[in-house]
Order: sequence, then structure tokens, then C-alpha cells
Amino acid sequence: MEAQNYVWEGAIPLQIHLHESEVTTFPPPPPALILAPRIGYLPLLIALIKPYFSSALPPGVDTLWFDYKGLPLKWYTPTGVLFDLLCAEPERPWNLSVHFRGYPANKLIPCEGEDAVKWSFINSLKEAAYIINGNCKNIMNMSQSDQVELWRSVMNGNVEAYQRVSSKLKLGTVEDEYSVKPQQGTCETDTTGQVKTGRIPIRLYVCRVSEDFDDVEDVPKIDSWGKISFINRPVEIHKEEGKYFTLHDAIKALLPEFFSEKTLIESPSQEGEDKNNIPSEDASDSKAEEVVNVCNDVEASSTSNAEIKIVRIQGIEPKLEIPFSWVVNNLMNPDYFLHICLYVKVANLNTA
Amino acid sequence: MDVSSWDGSLSSSDFSLAARTFAEKWKRLNHTFPPWSWVACTKQPWVASHEVEGYLSLENICLFSLTEEDHDEGSREGEEETGCSKEEEPIDTATLVQSIGREVHFYDFHIVFSASYRVPVLYFRAYCSGGQPLALDEIEKDLPACSSKVLLASKWTFITLEEHPYLNRPWYKLHPCGTSEWVKLLFLGDSALAKYGVARRQYLVSWFSVVGQVVGLRIPFQMLNDSN
Repeated sequence: MEAQNYVWEGAIPLQIHLHESEVTTFPPPPPALILAPRIGYLPLLIALIKPYFSSALPPGVDTLWFDYKGLPLKWYTPTGVLFDLLCAEPERPWNLSVHFRGYPANKLIPCEGEDAVKWSFINSLKEAAYIINGNCKNIMNMSQSDQVELWRSVMNGNVEAYQRVSSKLKLGTVEDEYSVKPQQGTCETDTTGQVKTGRIPIRLYVCRVSEDFDDVEDVPKIDSWGKISFINRPVEIHKEEGKYFTLHDAIKALLPEFFSEKTLIESPSQEGEDKNNIPSEDASDSKAEEVVNVCNDVEASSTSNAEIKIVRIQGIEPKLEIPFSWVVNNLMNPDYFLHICLYVKVANLNTA
Repeated sequence: MDVSSWDGSLSSSDFSLAARTFAEKWKRLNHTFPPWSWVACTKQPWVASHEVEGYLSLENICLFSLTEEDHDEGSREGEEETGCSKEEEPIDTATLVQSIGREVHFYDFHIVFSASYRVPVLYFRAYCSGGQPLALDEIEKDLPACSSKVLLASKWTFITLEEHPYLNRPWYKLHPCGTSEWVKLLFLGDSALAKYGVARRQYLVSWFSVVGQVVGLRIPFQMLNDSN
């Protein structure tokens, strides 16, 4: 599971500025440079951030929140997903503002510290367990010590500890259909052994932009959560004889409106050729080609005036024909959800 | 299909069907409250969608204190569970008693389908007459005593503030993770409902007869008996 290690080690370099409204010193405190784990959550950084700014803060009680160019950031969304979603062109370091006062409680769910983040994670895991197994008994019955260890492994980015505890939850999602090779049968099958529903927990974020763009640099910035549709709907893996279920198939299942009927018959099949060559990090090379694929599908459709421009998962833009089981097993977050970010170009918002 | 092999869950289209049945019965048999309305909406307003999504909504409900067996404090005697809407209900038999020394709280309830759990989920928010949202510790005082107890014991797994799936704002959510199990039990115990088709149509009525009580909303007995 080499790719899973990359995901766990993945981090976003943040440059955090104390929001000007909360600066009480002159000169204002310099920004804090912090590496934020992709799979982590922003409020968990408080211990690192606070020392930089505590002397500059006005008196009062701390309620931590962040914004990016004025957009308040949802703390219960993993940091890597926020970055993939809000920076079409990756900005490094990522310039965020931190606030310790004036929590926008009418827009953003209040965060009561680490406990709130932990329970948001556990509830998400429970939801994933329900999707996979049809019940969440394994999560409900988790021992206190396992629960603590699991959460600590996520907090500390310790993938070995995570695998040790999570394997007890019997949430092995899908078989790796493409890699059933005897010489590799080391540890990948240790979570199987239960009847699965074949449903995959997905959190899909669809950013819509009204202008066309050829380069990610030209993507207009997302200034409101209203421009992002959040779709929380499982994908059912359908197996067909002699074919594997691809990422393309999964996206089509989630957003059938974006694909024409035609593509049901002619699927982008190059199976066999790529079997030994499932790329992860270098996948973006073929991005342009893939986007064209999707766009062609959309052009063939008369009911849709939208086209998918970018498909991004854990910071990469994977080829759409790679097996979905690989994507799920390697790129999911520790809560067993696969978070997929899409950029969609909408031709004319008014006629929609 | 026999109800015994059913897992207690619903599909999205079953949900809209059951929602209509529920709203229709509520309107016909429950005159204490304004009717529920179906809010049609979609996640992708910019593409033509074949699927009709939506949720049920009951808004501007003022919940006074609940019935005496839930709260036996003297100061609240005489108050009745009641609802009031902006329109006057011509056949409203409930007594509207202004609670003394307590502010009136308004509640909005939404019933939303969860694609993960494949069951209905109750979302709600509460505010004072001035419009300021109520915090959970204030809401807790409006809830039946048994709900307040569960709330204390399971802070993070009973009612929590979450993003409303369609409105993207913080709403309180009643956690749905055990719903399909208890709904199945509810239906197994009732021979009149032991047909899958009936079960699907009656789903929301039966479900709400349990879930409504958590927030102090009871449904008239006739709604459960009514087989139409």
C-alpha cells in the first residue's frame, strides 16, 4: 500500500496570518509557517499556531477558525480536501488567515476543540461503516482504548498504528481486482472475510465555474460555499464480466447527468494494457487527455450544459480509466470516505 | 416482498412516496399543527436532472413546554403541546397558553433522506421570537425529560449540530445510525403492516411516531391506524 503511505505523509505548507481585525500589536506578528497533514483537520493545529499569535491577541475567549480569501473554512473537512477544492492552481505556501475571535456561528458549525473534531471523525467513520456493512456495530462496539488509539493515529499521522486498529473494524472495502498476484499476497487481504454491500462511501465536492479555462491558473477563485455542491452519496460497484469498474464509471454513477447515453455502450476500455502500470503520482501527465474524454461525453449529451474539467483526489488528478477499487483502497481518508473534488464548467448559469 | 426479509431501509424514491403519504395524513388528521410541505430541490441546479430530490418541512412551530408527565414542575402546569402558524387554524382546539416568564421559542423541522443510511433524518433549528438562534442547552430545556437525559449521556452521538444537506447551514441533526434496525422491529410487530408495500408507504408515519417524541411532537393515533 505504497500510495496510502504517500497520502498519510502528504502535507500542505501553510502560511498563516493573524487576521488584521485581531492584531493589537505594532508591528503585527509575522505569519506562522506550518506543515498541515492532508488527512488532518485545521483546529488540530491550534497548539502549533497559538504561540505565534497569543501575545498579539485582544483579550477574550479563543474560538479558533480560519478563512481563505474571506471564505470561512469548514473545520470538519480534511485539510487536504479544502486545499484541493479551493486552490485549483495549488498555492504553496497556502495563505490562510486565522481568527481567534468573532466565530461566524450562523454559517459555520461551532467547534468545541479537539473533542468536536474527534467525534466528527468517529461519526463519519460510523456512516462509512454503515454504507459498507449495512450496520455500524463494529464502530459502536469499539473498545475505549481502540477508539483512543485510532484517533491518536489520525492525529499523529501514524499509518501503522491506524492499520492495526482499523483492521479490527472489518471495513475492508473492495477487493483489488487488478492486483490478484500470488507473489504480492502479503497483507492486503487481512480485512476481508465479511459479506460486503459493494457500496463505497463517497464525499463528492463539485465546484462550478462559469468561465471556461484551459489552464488551472485561470480558474476563478471560489468565494462562496454556494458555488460548491456537496454530494454525500455512496457508489455501488457494478462488476461486469471481463471488465473492471473504473473511476470514470464511478463518476458517471454519481453524476449521470454529465454523461450521454452513448457512453454507456462505448466505454473507455484499454484494460489489460495498463495493468502493470497503475500510476499515482505521475497521473497528471495524462490529465489533458482525460479531460477531453469527459468533455466529449458531455458534448454528446443534449441535456447538459456542463462539463467536468478537473477530477482531483488527494492532490492528484488520476487517470479516469484506473480501477475504482485501487482509487478507493489507496486514496481514501482515514474515515473510510473517498473525497473527490470536481471542477465543472457551466456554460450558462441562467438557462440551467 | 415479505417484510421479514427487509432491512428497514428506504430508497430515495420510496422516501418521496412515503413523504407524500405522511404529509397528506398529517394534514387530514392532525389539526393542531400546520401542514408539512415538500421542498423540491436539487444538488446540481445547473444540469437537468431526472431525479426529484427534496425534503419535508414544518416551520415556525412554537413549542411550549410539553405534557405534564414529561415535566411535572408546577410552574409549567396548564401548558399544552401546541403549534401555531402564521395563518389562523379555524378548527384549532388546542389552548394557547402564554408561558409565564419564559420566552417563546420557534422551531423549524426538516425531514431529509440520508443516502448513506437510507432512512429519513430529522434536522431542526430553534430561535427566539427575535430570530436569534438557540443554543443546545436552551433547546434542551424545551425537550421532553427523557431526551434531555440522553442528550447529557451521549453528547456527540444523539443530537449534534451539522451542515444541513441542502441549505449548507448549521442545523441540529438527530443521529440516524440505528434507525433501520428499530423501524424493522416496529414493522415486524404489526401484522397489518407486514407487507412490504404498506411498510414503504407507512414508513414516515411510523418513523415519526418515534422520532417526533424526541422533540416533543406527537402524532394523532388515527394517523397510525389509518390504512388509506
